[in-house]
Amino acid sequence: MKKLLPYMKKYIKYAVLCPILMILEVTADIAIPYLMSRIVDVGIANQDIQYVLKIGIIMVAAALAGMTFGIISSHYGAKAGFGFASEIRLKLFEKIQGFSFANLDKFTVASLITRLTNDCNTLGQVTMMSLRMAVRAPFMMVFALLMALNINASLAKVFVVSIPVLVTVLVIILSKARPLFLKMQTKIDRVNAIIRENLTAIRVVKSFNRQSYEEERFKERNDSLMDTALKAITLIVFLMPVLSIVVYSTIVAVLWFGGKQVAAGTMETGQLISFITYITQIMMALMMMSFFFMQLLRASASVTRIVEILDTESELKADENPVEELEDGSVAFKGVCFCYPGSTEKTLKNISFHIDSGEVLGIIGSTGSSKSTLVQLIPRLYDTTEGAVLVGGVDVKRYDIKLLRDKVAFVLQNNTLFSGTIRDNMKWGNEKASDEEIIRALKLAQAWEFVSKYEDGLDHKVDRGGENFSGGQKQRLTIARALLKSPKIIILDDSTSAVDMATDAKIQRVFKEELKDVTIIIIAQRVSSIQHADRILVMNEGQIESLGKHEDLMISSPIYREIYESQQRGVGA
Amino acid sequence: MKEKQLRPKDPKKTLLRLFGYFKFNILLFIGGIFFIIIGSLSEIGINALLSPIIDTLVGGNDTGVFIRYILLMAGLVIVTSLSQYIGNLSMAKLAQRTVHKIREEMFSHMEKLPVSYFDKHSHGELMSTFTNDVDMINQSLEQSVSQILISVVTVVGAFVMMLILSPILTSVVFAMLVVMLYTVKYIGKKSAKNFRMQQASLADVNGYIEEMMTGQKVVKVFNYEDRAIRTFFKKNEELKNASTLASTYGVMLMPVMGNLSFVKYALVSMAGAYLVMINRLSIGNIASFLQYTRSVSRPITQVSNQLNQLFAALAGAERIFNVLDEEIEIDDGDVTLAKGCQGRKSSCWMVPKGDGTYEEVPLKGFITFKDVDFGYVSEKRVLNKINLYAKPGQKIAFVGSTGAGKTTITNLINRFYEINEGLILYDGIDIRRINKHDLRSTMSIVLQDVHLFEGTVKENIRYGRLDATDDEVVEAAKLANAHYFIQNLPEGYDTILTSDGQNLSQGERQLLSIARAAIADPVILILDEATSSVDTRTEKLIAEGMDKLMAGRTTFVIAHRLSTVRDSNAIMVLEHGEIIERGDHDDLMEQKGRYYALNAGIAELD
Repeated sequence: MKKLLPYMKKYIKYAVLCPILMILEVTADIAIPYLMSRIVDVGIANQDIQYVLKIGIIMVAAALAGMTFGIISSHYGAKAGFGFASEIRLKLFEKIQGFSFANLDKFTVASLITRLTNDCNTLGQVTMMSLRMAVRAPFMMVFALLMALNINASLAKVFVVSIPVLVTVLVIILSKARPLFLKMQTKIDRVNAIIRENLTAIRVVKSFNRQSYEEERFKERNDSLMDTALKAITLIVFLMPVLSIVVYSTIVAVLWFGGKQVAAGTMETGQLISFITYITQIMMALMMMSFFFMQLLRASASVTRIVEILDTESELKADENPVEELEDGSVAFKGVCFCYPGSTEKTLKNISFHIDSGEVLGIIGSTGSSKSTLVQLIPRLYDTTEGAVLVGGVDVKRYDIKLLRDKVAFVLQNNTLFSGTIRDNMKWGNEKASDEEIIRALKLAQAWEFVSKYEDGLDHKVDRGGENFSGGQKQRLTIARALLKSPKIIILDDSTSAVDMATDAKIQRVFKEELKDVTIIIIAQRVSSIQHADRILVMNEGQIESLGKHEDLMISSPIYREIYESQQRGVGA
Repeated sequence: MKEKQLRPKDPKKTLLRLFGYFKFNILLFIGGIFFIIIGSLSEIGINALLSPIIDTLVGGNDTGVFIRYILLMAGLVIVTSLSQYIGNLSMAKLAQRTVHKIREEMFSHMEKLPVSYFDKHSHGELMSTFTNDVDMINQSLEQSVSQILISVVTVVGAFVMMLILSPILTSVVFAMLVVMLYTVKYIGKKSAKNFRMQQASLADVNGYIEEMMTGQKVVKVFNYEDRAIRTFFKKNEELKNASTLASTYGVMLMPVMGNLSFVKYALVSMAGAYLVMINRLSIGNIASFLQYTRSVSRPITQVSNQLNQLFAALAGAERIFNVLDEEIEIDDGDVTLAKGCQGRKSSCWMVPKGDGTYEEVPLKGFITFKDVDFGYVSEKRVLNKINLYAKPGQKIAFVGSTGAGKTTITNLINRFYEINEGLILYDGIDIRRINKHDLRSTMSIVLQDVHLFEGTVKENIRYGRLDATDDEVVEAAKLANAHYFIQNLPEGYDTILTSDGQNLSQGERQLLSIARAAIADPVILILDEATSSVDTRTEKLIAEGMDKLMAGRTTFVIAHRLSTVRDSNAIMVLEHGEIIERGDHDDLMEQKGRYYALNAGIAELD
């Protein structure tokens, strides 16, 4: 929690004022029963209507003042709580933007989303509650206790018994209930998981006639959820009656002992009445505190998850005097080894090769041969474990990372389009791109042929994730987006797999003709996609099996030949 | 997202139907309500005793009466807490059992719904009914019902007692309560409005977060971080402002109502003091009266909230009942499958002749389409006059763009959907006459998106046939070329797959789904071929597995890659719901039509 406190800075004014105003409100609330006792004991006793009126008006004024303080305090509490949460949310977002790929791999997308959404919301809610409750309840209790002591110290001894009793019972119930509620949550998750599973796979269930089998599975989980829920509930249900019995027993005791004092003339009736009001206030305050603790427990899980992100240091270290210019698009690997973070197994083993600026390099090899890993080292998506990667003759680690990634365009395997228009998506490549530039890029990527058919052209809507485009269209759009960066190096990581062969061939040809100065690296499953590259790199189990032209590889590389032949058989012709 | 309905359309009907669920727990229901009422009545009693007790104190030294009152009060304290315990526990149990039953009914109903239902309703929508709506019923049974009961009893009881004590003071309280009610309503309205705005803003921020997190790697590759932060900053600020306002109004209710009730307390004290002075009231009366005025404020504040919650729960219940009222898949086929007669796998269709006897038709896997028309919605035809046949053991491939109707055809064979016009025959029998369970038990589908289930690898393969032995599982895995990779998994066949097999690669999932289909040993096989890029070696494994699986079975292939359809007995090229070309590979290449164009790479499938 301490780590998060700095984010409160901007809202510190509200975070301080909220509890202060709250204390003022509580003071007014506490004063009222006392004033009431003055009405009974002084006003009525002396038959002094003037006095009653005076005290009464003070009471109303106190209540109205309390209300004003309360409203302002609510507002400030909300401001501080949600301001705090939004600062943290922004910070988290910024932090994640600064993450390296290695950092990202550690967290699943779903868990990042939960942290930014649910966890931050919970934090805001709980902070607001804390600012109010955490102050209100103890103050209320202390004030009410002081007033009770002031009225009659000997009578206040009942609290020595009742408060510890209530506290003990609350602690026992809540501490026993907590693990049960946690268990219940996992059981709810289990029930939801099977529902989700059946919703997505309903066709499989039906085609295998597994309805009753699934019902059995569900029943088992549903039953077990109810069992746990009942156990938890049985405990929680104790809270109310326990509170009642303690509060009212205290009242009975106060009446008993207080009654004797009134009878003996050492205590006034009005005092007894207000004393009883204070009992209710004290017990309510205790109850409030227990709820507050439950909330805190809920928030503590969120805080842990948030801090986990804030504590993650980006694995990419920036050079102190970064190189601000990129000479050309040549790439060199020098004795590069790579292990994914947290793994000791070498995914890449001793890779060395050099490609000239403007060269077209094809990379091929089976899944798991680490083709993608290899090229991800070029724009420094990951850092090498051993050896160095040079771009334009300079170690990539020495570049300003923004410059490097601007000059190296990377079309990822799982590429995403974002909701908005086609133009919005293209502008990812270059914020200031004109329509002409965008159209040129689309033409190069062979995407203009279908984009131009839309009535609204570049303003055509893109759904989230680009769901409204076919696989081939999406891939061509993402290639166009990458081209808009006017890069020195462009890497296509299996980016034309869903594009038909004719179009694929066209893209390859156009790239070769139009992007003469640009180094092009293409990873592909299809030999036809890379066949005409200047050179082809064949990867096998993290190592370079061979490197050369198509014709040479057909002779020298058994793996290449095998892949080529298996695909030729498929195409026939 | 579409805004959810917060009010039920027919609350009475829904409520009655919900009551139907209490039938088996009638004791809990009646007992719960009874004890809750008893509990709040005796709580009123406790407060009522304050007045006479104090009056005895003021009046004189009648210790006997005093002790009797105190004992009575102590007794009532015990009754109150016991009743509260029993009442709350009963309601909580009732709530749990009811939602348990509802969940069970919903799930089992969901399993019986036709596939078309799932096309029309999003998963999110159904999920939310399953979770949020059920949860709301739970909460309102557990809390709202008893809170409302307590509130009503407390308010009515307290008013009766107050009226007895002093009608004049009661009118003061009443006037104040009217003011308070209006305040609650005003603040409630403001808060609801702001709350809706907050929800909208929250949805916007969450949507943006989801999109950016999913595409985070793309963000990095494009140096888009700063721009993303800028956009996020704006949305985040909007959310902050909306949430602050919404919560301010939400939280404000407490101090406002609390302090208004103090104003009421002050007014009652003044008026009461005056009444005491003119001897119209005792001091004890004031003490009791003040306790009552305090006890009515809270229920008044809460009751509107609770009623809103109850209505929201009823609206949820209505949605649940809507799902339960959806018509289930009808299965009135009278032709069943019998094991143990002549023919392959020794299975036969038992076709009733109408006179109590059956004609035995051997199960072979002969499928015929005759002039089949179909549309998911009747106005929009997806398939037009489809005619085709597949002899037992033949392989029929469908080629065509997305939306041409390839998948639809296969959905008709297993009767996920019913045809509009025409006839589909299975071994010469109209498939509408065949019992669906038996019909589907003769077919396996290997779908494009492989869905696996949480559980072990073994369980997932066995999904195809539940009584398969371990040896048979291994055999099926071997046939599907999956055995090798399964053995290399940390726990082999006992490796637990996470939800939908996320811990396996796409190719491995496909191999598993082939094994799953193989173990079912179907007569008819439907393959929806994968489009995703799987590496060449795995692709080869998959193709081999598929070939072994297809041997001797009637197979329908929905092809996305032309390379896999060449050896089919017949290839159907579909466009706009019609078969525009048909024949085997060589025929079609000779025709130099669409299929030829596709093969030569002149045209593209999308």
